Amino acid sequence: MPDLEDLYREIILDHYRAPRNRGELPVPPAHRVEGFNPLCGDEVVLYLDIDDGTVRDVRIGGQGCSISQASTSMMSAAIKGRTVEEARKLVRAFDALMSIHESHLDGADGADGADGTDAPGAGSEPDALTDTRLGDLMALRGVVKFPVRIKCATLSWHTLRQGLDEAAAG
Amino acid sequence: MSAPAPAAGTASLDVERIRRDFPILAREVHGRRLVYLDSAASSQKPLPVIEAMERCHREYYANVHRGVYTIAEESTAAFEAARLTVARFVGSADAREIVCVRNATEAINLVAYSWARANLGPGDAVVVSEMEHHANVVPWQMLAEERGVELRWLPVTDDHRLDTAGLEHALDGARLLAVTAMSNVLGTINEIRPLADAAHAAGALILVDACQSAPHVPTDVTAWDADFVAFSAHKMLGPTGIGALWARAELLEAMPPFMGGGEMIRDVRLDGFTPNEVPWKFEAGTPAFVEAIGWAEAVRYLDTLGLTAVRAHEKALTAYTLEALEARFGTKLTVYGPRDVEARGSAISFLFEDIHAHDISQVLDQGAVCVRAGHHCAKPLMRRLGVPATSRASFYLYNDEADADALVDALAEAERFFAL
Ligand SMILES: Cc1ncc(COP(=O)(O)O)c(C=O)c1O
Repeated sequence: MPDLEDLYREIILDHYRAPRNRGELPVPPAHRVEGFNPLCGDEVVLYLDIDDGTVRDVRIGGQGCSISQASTSMMSAAIKGRTVEEARKLVRAFDALMSIHESHLDGADGADGADGTDAPGAGSEPDALTDTRLGDLMALRGVVKFPVRIKCATLSWHTLRQGLDEAAAG
Repeated sequence: MSAPAPAAGTASLDVERIRRDFPILAREVHGRRLVYLDSAASSQKPLPVIEAMERCHREYYANVHRGVYTIAEESTAAFEAARLTVARFVGSADAREIVCVRNATEAINLVAYSWARANLGPGDAVVVSEMEHHANVVPWQMLAEERGVELRWLPVTDDHRLDTAGLEHALDGARLLAVTAMSNVLGTINEIRPLADAAHAAGALILVDACQSAPHVPTDVTAWDADFVAFSAHKMLGPTGIGALWARAELLEAMPPFMGGGEMIRDVRLDGFTPNEVPWKFEAGTPAFVEAIGWAEAVRYLDTLGLTAVRAHEKALTAYTLEALEARFGTKLTVYGPRDVEARGSAISFLFEDIHAHDISQVLDQGAVCVRAGHHCAKPLMRRLGVPATSRASFYLYNDEADADALVDALAEAERFFAL
């Protein structure tokens, strides 16, 4: 049986209790984007201040479970100050992390632990994972042991991808 | 093990003995006794139901209505007997008034497609309550969109009951009142007879969503003076894949068929078809007759215990649980729905401080406690309550105080874990 502690790592609970970058930014210049999980009602709102190819500032809002809210908070901390390209890489790396098959998780410690070769749908994930350091975000990897919660963790990232796309499209 | 523990003229159930009829309750999850508190979503199945379906599959399985050989006659007779059993369960003596469908959702859609589309148009109104399950909302929204029918809402009061203050006004010019007999979120029981009287006085019909009430309180369509009643087998100890629309025979006679195909016709020619009699007119294709046979066994199981005894047991257990929750957690825990167990069923929706319902469910699962989290397919009601999601523990005849205690203990564990 997967342990609850695998899901609710201390750093996740910390972000849940004290979310970083909570608030709003004036729109425009910031870009506002909303993500919604119709199944459980989780809601993520992102304000992205993108200038000259860099995410200058980010604010988050919304409501949902600890996993969705912590993932949003951790994401905001990870992308603030990064270039849009780096942010996109993080999105890909996070997606890869969430699609590692559970059985590859045991004993795997950190990004380089997963060989992913015969994981279903692994594809190019090892690349996405090895050339991007996820840092604290690795704490979320235990989520894959609880498949119904994966959508909670990925909501903010898919919302970010949409926001970056929309911002790029002007 | 084929007959359930009889009520023996008392209002109490021998839950220990009942539990032995449900094989799944002997299961352990994460090394603990399974505490199943999600019967409002679907109930577990007793051995007589499982065995009746297996018996049909093993001994007399053949498609119904079309064969003249012995086992086809047997399966047809068992199917039609099941229909009568279900009719009697809701207080009707006429098996023709039971249309077998997949579930309550399909029953409501049948009324929306057949009766409503033949009879309603611009200028007509349908009244629904704010506490309806999506199954009793969306079919009417689709009708409204397609046919220009007006949709009107009966609100919910601050103490989570149906607000009937504006009922007469809402029914003015309405053709149908579609309302649940028991809320799947709040547990609230709606008194159907006064609603039916008001609807009829306004010249409207009444459709009752009995999905949550039928498993727990006696149903009497005549005492209700209802026109349409929808319910599902799987919430009342029966299998999935079958439910029923009960409707007054003369209404069914006048309604056009819903789906076309085999079984629902009397004759098919190159230039058209003649529909079958009711209820078969509404049962296109091979029906879920094995499931119907299982359902009839579920009805017999409930009848033997007596729904009055089931209701008494659940009232006591609900009161016990509400008290235990309040004693342990006080104002940290918010319960939605009436406190008075006379006015509610055994579904208890709650919020625990700021801990999200999904996180609660996740921690509870470690204690093998199964509760539902989310919007419970009642988003208009969730908006009215001002919450995106709640946890819901729902009790049935096989639950006991040990289950309620396990819920309280698991919630204490969640509180410790999140220590907000
Ligand atoms: C009040 C109510 N109505 C309708 C339904 C739909 O039942 P089914 O999914 O069996 O069609 C449910 C099931 O959750 C319900 O609780």
